[in-house]
Amino acid sequence: MKRLTISPPLAAVLLAIVLFLLSGFLPNGFGGNLDVAAAQAVNIVRLSVFLGIIAAGQTLVIISGNEGIDLSTGAVVTLTAILTYTIVNGRNEQVLPALLAVLIVGGMIGLINGAGVAFLNIAPLVMTLGMAGVVSGLILVITQGNVSGAVAPIMTQLIARPVFQGIPGAILIWIVFAALMWLLLERTTYGRHLFAIGTNRTTARLSGIRVTATVIGTYALSGMLAGLGGFLVVGNTGVVHIRIGDPFLFPSIAAVAVGGTLLTGGKGSYFGTMAGALVLTLITSLLTTMQMPESVRRMVLGVTLLVMISIYGRQRGFRQ
Amino acid sequence: MKQSRWQQRTYRHPYLFALILLFVAFTVNLLLQPNLIEPTALNRNMRVFLPLILVAIGQAIVMIGGGIDISVGSIVSVVNALLATQIGLSGDPATAVLIMGVALLVGMGAGALNGLFIAYLRLQPIITTFATSFIYAGLALFILPNPGGGVPPQFTALYRETVVLWLPLAFYIIAALLLAWALVRRTRYGRYLYAVGGKADAAYETGVPVRAVQFSAYVISGLMAALGGIAMTLLTGSGNAQVGDPLTLSSITAAVIGGTPLSGGAGGIAGPIIGAVILGLIRNIISFANVATWWQTFVNAAIIVLALAMPGIINLIRRRNA
Repeated sequence: MKRLTISPPLAAVLLAIVLFLLSGFLPNGFGGNLDVAAAQAVNIVRLSVFLGIIAAGQTLVIISGNEGIDLSTGAVVTLTAILTYTIVNGRNEQVLPALLAVLIVGGMIGLINGAGVAFLNIAPLVMTLGMAGVVSGLILVITQGNVSGAVAPIMTQLIARPVFQGIPGAILIWIVFAALMWLLLERTTYGRHLFAIGTNRTTARLSGIRVTATVIGTYALSGMLAGLGGFLVVGNTGVVHIRIGDPFLFPSIAAVAVGGTLLTGGKGSYFGTMAGALVLTLITSLLTTMQMPESVRRMVLGVTLLVMISIYGRQRGFRQ
Repeated sequence: MKQSRWQQRTYRHPYLFALILLFVAFTVNLLLQPNLIEPTALNRNMRVFLPLILVAIGQAIVMIGGGIDISVGSIVSVVNALLATQIGLSGDPATAVLIMGVALLVGMGAGALNGLFIAYLRLQPIITTFATSFIYAGLALFILPNPGGGVPPQFTALYRETVVLWLPLAFYIIAALLLAWALVRRTRYGRYLYAVGGKADAAYETGVPVRAVQFSAYVISGLMAALGGIAMTLLTGSGNAQVGDPLTLSSITAAVIGGTPLSGGAGGIAGPIIGAVILGLIRNIISFANVATWWQTFVNAAIIVLALAMPGIINLIRRRNA
């Protein structure tokens, strides 16, 4: 008997659309006004960009398999957001050096994660949790409790404001970024190797793939992407605080799972993660508009994730 | 791949590394704080360590069964919120006992929900307990939106000050748990747990009720987290819906430092107890060594990462020299 199957990214996109249409019926929703609806839709997509980019690194690490997961993401986002804020300090000409700095810092942290996982055989969960602690400690050492600086006008202009036909810069950045991620995963040797090691490390090694290098590279890339995320987040909000990255950690993993990337590795796509980021951002902003307290928001997010993975995250039963 | 001698030795004695670490941490701590082994200081330390010890034991049992439980910290928070709001600062002993009983049931219920999704619906442990951790954390915040409430001082005193024959209350609780584990381990259930963690497919084929065993491990973990939550509440005497957050990471770290492999099928409960004590001693050392306030989190985390990395580093060096 053939079962009706629907690909997870598509399911997530459909869910996002249904949720969005339903949100129109809320007392303060867009109702029948198409212009307001379009503006709201653009805003939701704009808000999803940050989670979407932060979750990109998570996607790579999870595809790499062997229980790969990066729990240092939240801390790295905070650290790099603070670094961007301090380095830029309101000057346009400092934006590129700041971007370079956060990519390097994020990459270094990821490199240490990767080295711990690949060379020392520490479980990714434990290694990255430990690094999250180290990075949080580093943030306290650097800031000593107060952060001074400012974002540059050009960052606000390019990230938070509309740049082209009313489309915010963040969305354009995301489109370019998504194209690059697709190329990386589907059209490069690295991408092919990543899926191979995610499926089966032993066969990957036997077919001549340098597994250790690929694993380390993947964690380093995840750190860099979290760094890019921190840069964009602070460019959007314009202010920074020492827990700015924390709210992204759980959703970054949830977005990957909701997007249908297998947590056992070897299978997944960045489009799924994008759809997952949209769904999660939409749910969060819906609950905020409905003035739900933090407690209810957390419970709804947890239940959503549980339901989504129950639909397509199930492992093979013993009898099969 | 040929195993190095160190690997063989650590395989035969999973607690070896943990014991060395415990010895080093204890010695350093004793040098910095000479009165460490006097009854008052001992009690002051053990009552602080106990909540984590309890939670880490539950975590290790899940890990032996081949899973992981990321929701334990949130279960601790739920229990704390429950006790702080329902017993209250002026509660009588009868209510307190009743509410603590309810708290244990809530913990087991939370664990049962985890077990249901993981064992029967075959979802992955990491992501499932991650999702439920959000549900439980939300629930804790729902019960107690702002820090406040608490339990009467006479209950906290009972937990904090009970010292029998020079040994603090925590020692007797730990001894009772070790004894209980020694018995459970010898039963058919104990053997099943290790079999399921080692190789679930093979266990299933030889007639082990894999799903029931996996389910039970999460119920036990929920129960231990609830016990940890009760201990935590009696220690602090107050309510805070986020009090359990740090325990998730610490319980996993304690179990891993204590020689419990994340791959399952091996370990015991002495490991997580030793691991939790090591984590507590490291914290002590940092505060007694006059590390500048802003550096404390960093130094603590760096030492933990080093401790986690040490077996891997030793292996690497051994293999290079072999």
